[in-house]
Amino acid sequence: MVNTITLLYFARLRETFGMASEKIALPAGVATLGEVRALLAARGGTWAHELAAGRAFRAAVNQDIATMDTPVKDGDEVAFFPPVTGG
Amino acid sequence: MTVRVQVEDFDVSREIAQLRKGNPRIGAIASFIGVVRDMNEGDRVAEMTLEHYPGMTEKSVEEIITQAHGRWDVMDVLVIHRIGILKPLDQIVLVVVTSTHRGDAFAACEFVMDYLKTRAPFWKKEQTGGGARWVDARAADDAAAQRWQSKA
Repeated sequence: MVNTITLLYFARLRETFGMASEKIALPAGVATLGEVRALLAARGGTWAHELAAGRAFRAAVNQDIATMDTPVKDGDEVAFFPPVTGG
Repeated sequence: MTVRVQVEDFDVSREIAQLRKGNPRIGAIASFIGVVRDMNEGDRVAEMTLEHYPGMTEKSVEEIITQAHGRWDVMDVLVIHRIGILKPLDQIVLVVVTSTHRGDAFAACEFVMDYLKTRAPFWKKEQTGGGARWVDARAADDAAAQRWQSKA
């Protein structure tokens, strides 16, 4: 059985990555947000640039703000976005 | 509490009337209205587009309101935030807090707004003479939100 997660991208990241969402299979050993980030950054190009360690992006798991050690499991919704600018 | 994310404009008088309807225990109503400026970072802004994260945005604002209830004696809180294309002079956001006394209403209103600006997933993209650009988060907004963490 393959574990899948839904990835969502917002605002500048959505434009830079050229997509609003995608479903990916979770490879063995990918169990935290930080490991998902590394997986995406390994795509290179804008992915590596935008999701580099130290870049000012935010992330959420199942619509709660998350940190790099937040667990990610089958069926989760994981979102990456820039710092918020509403109001 | 009421949280609405909507394209449509809002009527402040009508919203406040609705919120206080039939409640004689309310002694104070504090409100904040955010509106679109025509200048940002020295450039003229023709219009802006507000984007949000459906589901998470509403949830995060509800969590902020719950925190406000825990910290101050407030009766009800209403937040309306617009999305889509907005032009200078347009209303963006409304926060209304009802309470017995003004101190709690003022503080809770400012708290909700400060936290919304730094925690609720909304993003602004501005259309200027030099093209479109995503607005950067401001350190001043983080500092404004930070203040509440040292207060009881």
